[in-house]
Amino acid sequence: MAFFLETLIGGLLAGTLYSLVAIGFVLIYKASGVFNFAQGSMLLFAALTFVSLHDQGVPFALALLLTVGVMVIGALLIERLVLRPLVNRSQITLFMATLGLSFIIEGLAQGLMGSQVRALDLGIDDVPLFVHGVMLSQFDLIAAGAAVVLVVVLALLFNKTRIGVSLRAVADDTTAALSIGINLNRIWQIVWAVAGCVGLVAGLLWGARQGVQFSLSLVVLKALPVLIIGGFTSIGGAIVGGLIVGASENLAEVYIGPLIGGGITPWFAYVLALAFLYIRPAGLFGERAIERV
Amino acid sequence: MSVPVMSETAPWVLIERRLPWPLLGLLVLAFGVVPLVGNDYWLSAILIPFLVLSLAGLGLNLLTGYTGQTSVGAAGFMAVGAFATYGFLLRLPEVGLPLALLGGGIISGLVGLLFGLPSSRIKGFYLMVTTLAAQFFLEWLFVKFPWFYNYGSSGTISAPNLSLLGYDLNTPVGRYLLTLVTVLLLTWVARNLVNSQTGRNWMAIRDMDTAAAVIGIPVARYKRLAFAVSSFYLGIAGALWAFAYLGTASAGSFDINRSFQILFIIIIGGMGSIAGNFVGAAFICLLPILLSHLGQALLGGAVDAGQLQNLQKIIFGVLIILFLIKEPEGLIRLLSNTRERLRHWPLRF
Repeated sequence: MAFFLETLIGGLLAGTLYSLVAIGFVLIYKASGVFNFAQGSMLLFAALTFVSLHDQGVPFALALLLTVGVMVIGALLIERLVLRPLVNRSQITLFMATLGLSFIIEGLAQGLMGSQVRALDLGIDDVPLFVHGVMLSQFDLIAAGAAVVLVVVLALLFNKTRIGVSLRAVADDTTAALSIGINLNRIWQIVWAVAGCVGLVAGLLWGARQGVQFSLSLVVLKALPVLIIGGFTSIGGAIVGGLIVGASENLAEVYIGPLIGGGITPWFAYVLALAFLYIRPAGLFGERAIERV
Repeated sequence: MSVPVMSETAPWVLIERRLPWPLLGLLVLAFGVVPLVGNDYWLSAILIPFLVLSLAGLGLNLLTGYTGQTSVGAAGFMAVGAFATYGFLLRLPEVGLPLALLGGGIISGLVGLLFGLPSSRIKGFYLMVTTLAAQFFLEWLFVKFPWFYNYGSSGTISAPNLSLLGYDLNTPVGRYLLTLVTVLLLTWVARNLVNSQTGRNWMAIRDMDTAAAVIGIPVARYKRLAFAVSSFYLGIAGALWAFAYLGTASAGSFDINRSFQILFIIIIGGMGSIAGNFVGAAFICLLPILLSHLGQALLGGAVDAGQLQNLQKIIFGVLIILFLIKEPEGLIRLLSNTRERLRHWPLRF
């Protein structure tokens, strides 16, 4: 039983990290209908920038601030050079543009800052804690805590501020939002900048886990099933989806994996997502679109 | 009566419509001139991958460009085709190469049909994720189960022998001709397919599936058909990629980057165009070679291979975004616009 609990809780904690990546997606998708494939490379870029600065001897807080600055500038550039010329085009076109964008960001990140694995020390010891005989990782607990804080901040931003209200207006009905004078370009800039910062947090936590390297950008592929299960438009859904994926992935690897040859984590989450899709085609919390000719 | 007059002129018009002169010239060049003058490097390293990637682009274009269902699992279906063809050649050698290729394609088509089943209930990005699931699942399948690669220790497959009616095709020219004939045959089929009722239904679904359903097109069935046909094409392309180009392949030869590469071919070449696949594939094949030569010439080897690869990534990304912004219909549209312009030159239109 203790082993089962350990597996379950380990999975849930890993799931919060998936949620972090998925939240970046949801933010951008909600506000602009863009499925941002470049979220993974943004994550890599942010983590690499931070590590490079930190390695140069820049203190932790300053490096964090500078990286946030870089991500904001990046968001402004993306909005001006990629999104604005593509306004009013189909969602698939925009998705493919972000695919191109991910190539540019990955190329830039590795070209400017090298492609070797960089160690990232956040000053959190990864010591096992024992709670009622169940082993937990302290690092995972802190990461989960960071995710919770981030979600609370985002929820406040979305629900209590003027910017948040206009964000939700744009997400609800872009044309109506434009007609009452909301500046769409400004909204996009803000959303991409916030998504970049969420990417930074996720990148730091993942990077501390497995080193800052190219494979960090592949985390994006882990977040997709999370989005499917939670729905593309719900932050709460991203969290629940992340927890479901993390827990079931861990349990499946331990209990089902040995029966069919192991190594099933790369695709198990996808199959799970497909099963969810058959039951609820718009995810658990997604909005069901009504179509008219 | 004017009927006899028409029947006198009609055949000529038909012939002219069927095979325009530039295409005829290209065919003569491809079949007559290239095998004679092409050296091994050109045949094996440029022309064969170009042809195979064109075919793969064609397969994906039928699904994405014509039916509007975005897929990022193209390479997974290529892997099915490659491993299935290998299975036929290994376990049923008496069927021969053409039937083994066909069988590989059909099995791949069936797998595509299976992964296309969700398309009747979901669409857009949700559907795209199912194709990603296919990609990862199939990659895992061909690594984990040694039966697919005949229990070899390295997990690779290589063609037992490529021969047709006693001719050995295991020379650069032989492999080139095998690829060329297969690709041309399938291109001809695809062209007729998209001009048929099936193709028109696909395009109606692409343009608006709700409207297509309203005018009585069985949307779910045609979406599934598109998945099956597309995977059939991709499967044959995968078999050719493994045996005519690489020689020895493994599941790693069909990873997700290959899927993206094929997606880029159709974006750059032209969505919803047959010729566009060839233009896009030529572009994708030649650009890296051009870039590395340029890098050598301009910087004299001062830049290492890793940086060149990063530069190449950036250039690809920029090109994709530029194409999406400036010319969403791809290079093929650019070419036809240029031709129109030249026809009217020096007048402007």
